Amino acid sequence: MRKFLFRVSALVLAISLVIPLLASGEESILDKVKNRGRLICGVNKELPGFGFLGQDGKWKGFDVDYGRAIAAAVLGDPDKVEFRPLKAADRFPALQTGEIDVLIRNTTWTLTRDTDLGADFAPPTFYDGQGFMLRKDLGITSLKELAGATIGVTAGSTTELNLADTTRALGIEVEPIVFEETETLYQSYDQGRCDAVTSDKSQLVSRRQSLKNPDDHVILDVTISKEPLGPVTVHGDNKWNDVVSWVVYATFFAEEHGITQSNVNTFETENPEIKRFLGTDDGTGMGGKLGLPKDWARQVIAAVGNYGEIFERNLTPLGLPRGVNKPWTQGGLLYAIPFR
Amino acid sequence: MEEQGLTQEIKPPVSTKGPGRWLKENLFNTWYNTILTCLALVFLFFAFKGFLTWAFTEAEWGVIPANFRLFMVGSYPQEQIWRVWTAIYILSVLMGLSAGLWGGLILRFVVVLSGVWFISALLPFDFELSTRGWCLGAIAMIAVSFFLGRDRTSLRSWILGGWILSFPVIMVVLRGFGENGVLTSRWGGLLLTLILAISGIVVSFPLGVFLALCRQSKLPVIRWVSTTYIEMVRGVPLITILFMGNVLIPIFMPGFDINQVLRMMLCLIFFSAAYMAENVRGGLQGVPRGQHEAAQAVGLNYVQTTLFIVLPQALRSVIPAIVGQFIALFKDTSLVSVIGLIDLLGVARSILANPKWLGLQAEVYLFVAFIYFVFCYAMSYASQDIETDLGVGKH
Repeated sequence: MRKFLFRVSALVLAISLVIPLLASGEESILDKVKNRGRLICGVNKELPGFGFLGQDGKWKGFDVDYGRAIAAAVLGDPDKVEFRPLKAADRFPALQTGEIDVLIRNTTWTLTRDTDLGADFAPPTFYDGQGFMLRKDLGITSLKELAGATIGVTAGSTTELNLADTTRALGIEVEPIVFEETETLYQSYDQGRCDAVTSDKSQLVSRRQSLKNPDDHVILDVTISKEPLGPVTVHGDNKWNDVVSWVVYATFFAEEHGITQSNVNTFETENPEIKRFLGTDDGTGMGGKLGLPKDWARQVIAAVGNYGEIFERNLTPLGLPRGVNKPWTQGGLLYAIPFR
Repeated sequence: MEEQGLTQEIKPPVSTKGPGRWLKENLFNTWYNTILTCLALVFLFFAFKGFLTWAFTEAEWGVIPANFRLFMVGSYPQEQIWRVWTAIYILSVLMGLSAGLWGGLILRFVVVLSGVWFISALLPFDFELSTRGWCLGAIAMIAVSFFLGRDRTSLRSWILGGWILSFPVIMVVLRGFGENGVLTSRWGGLLLTLILAISGIVVSFPLGVFLALCRQSKLPVIRWVSTTYIEMVRGVPLITILFMGNVLIPIFMPGFDINQVLRMMLCLIFFSAAYMAENVRGGLQGVPRGQHEAAQAVGLNYVQTTLFIVLPQALRSVIPAIVGQFIALFKDTSLVSVIGLIDLLGVARSILANPKWLGLQAEVYLFVAFIYFVFCYAMSYASQDIETDLGVGKH
């Protein structure tokens, strides 16, 4: 009997050791997505302008559009995406366990995340930064004058840490009021329970619109942190990370050269780089090197448009200015790597 | 029967007085009651003035009809919406048949439900015409099956079988097959809330009864396993179980993509079963020792004693506790929105992120609260009715 039990437990142990090996394999996510015929993309389900459910039951937003762009590049159809709404806490486990193929959920690129958390970042699609919003009648124009003010902030975010770092560096004391939920933060601020709020500027701008009297509030012209937000893939799958990165570059490139959703299929050019981009050159195009169809970039632009169009569709209605999220030719930070 | 006749109370004569008379007798019968009534009215006026002026002048209720479909089914694709209606029709037929056969509570329920469908069909929102058609169709389904099932006692076991089969059948209808069906990640809104709650209630009840019986078992191993399970689950908040189900299962079993909805469903079932077991155990302990002995004396074995003597008495006495557990489970399903599923509450938060509807928390959350209330009150009402039917607390 004892021998039997020993054998059974040895077998169970062996199976449980072998299964992960079988499952992990060497297959790139790119092949997995192609075989499945569907991309699985982790998104935020409740961030204005970046990810939310539209009235027709379809996902909308800036991050969502990038998910659709990747599906268009790989599968030729922007609707072949399954969006998985994720919380901040379980976005990285979902990526590591292969539950999602790509994470596009306003995720800030940091050194720790790039190394310890086993993530690989694609180029940032949105450069954000932490700022302050406060009541106009306070007459404050610089950070130093905030000494003694009560400042609302959401709990457990880097925002809270950045606030502490900044005030210590300036040698001023402020009283942070920590809120669990973004909604309550802005409601309390609107009711006058704190003098100022601090958060990513994109959020401040969009939330200012929903306050009772938006004109009574100003956003200080200071940025205390860098928040480069972009798509994330699991560490070690270079082939897949290349695909995601070049989809992002494709949207930058299209804006640089004036290629839009409406003119991409009829774009006339003699420029060899644009020809390679559109897949209208004589060679194999750039798609073959990425493991994608020849016309992948054209599919991307036809599906979601260039960067400027994605921005205008999703973020301009929130009142967000382009800021540094402009092509480098116009003094912004968006710089497409050569398509060669 | 006779005994019931004796204990029945004599009802007071039916009142013929109008509401004016009632007011006079109850609120304005003496001078001090009149003053108290007036004071109370003034107080109520000031207490609700702010709310009422907000509700009728400031609130932007347009957000509710505009997003009504989202609230109901979330991101369920429009072109496959017939699946949801098919599920509703299956249930309508079953309810109609049961109402015809048994009458009573279920009859009242289908009457109210038909009323709701009728009103929905006439609402002045810009629903598509097909939606209104589907609503009226549901009433027709209920009515036709009601007359079909009327006093047809031979259908009894068929209807019961139909109810048992309806759950798996509806799941298959809603999901479809493969990529052409509707992925569970697109289930949402009230639909998802109801699926989670109903599967939790339906499965956790028998599981809980089984666990309770195990805990009472004379065999030590079975007793220990069951006790450990119950105490472990009850010692942990539901939210941690949900987090574990969501984060740890994929880590332990990489490569096996267990559906997220299914994972949450299982977590809710396992959690609820432990509480159910404790409720049922309370009932089991309340059954007098003499009942067991009497059953043994007439030659019933353990299974027969449990099924026919102990359980019916035990369950009857704990109906309020069990229904309380069902209601709690229904409300607990809202926790899955913390995991990232878009149930009724999750949909509400997603709607609030639409730049069009920023800052309308009060309207959206009130509406969601109203829906939760309607369902919880219905359950509570049904339980009171069942208690009266079974005479709980009387004999």
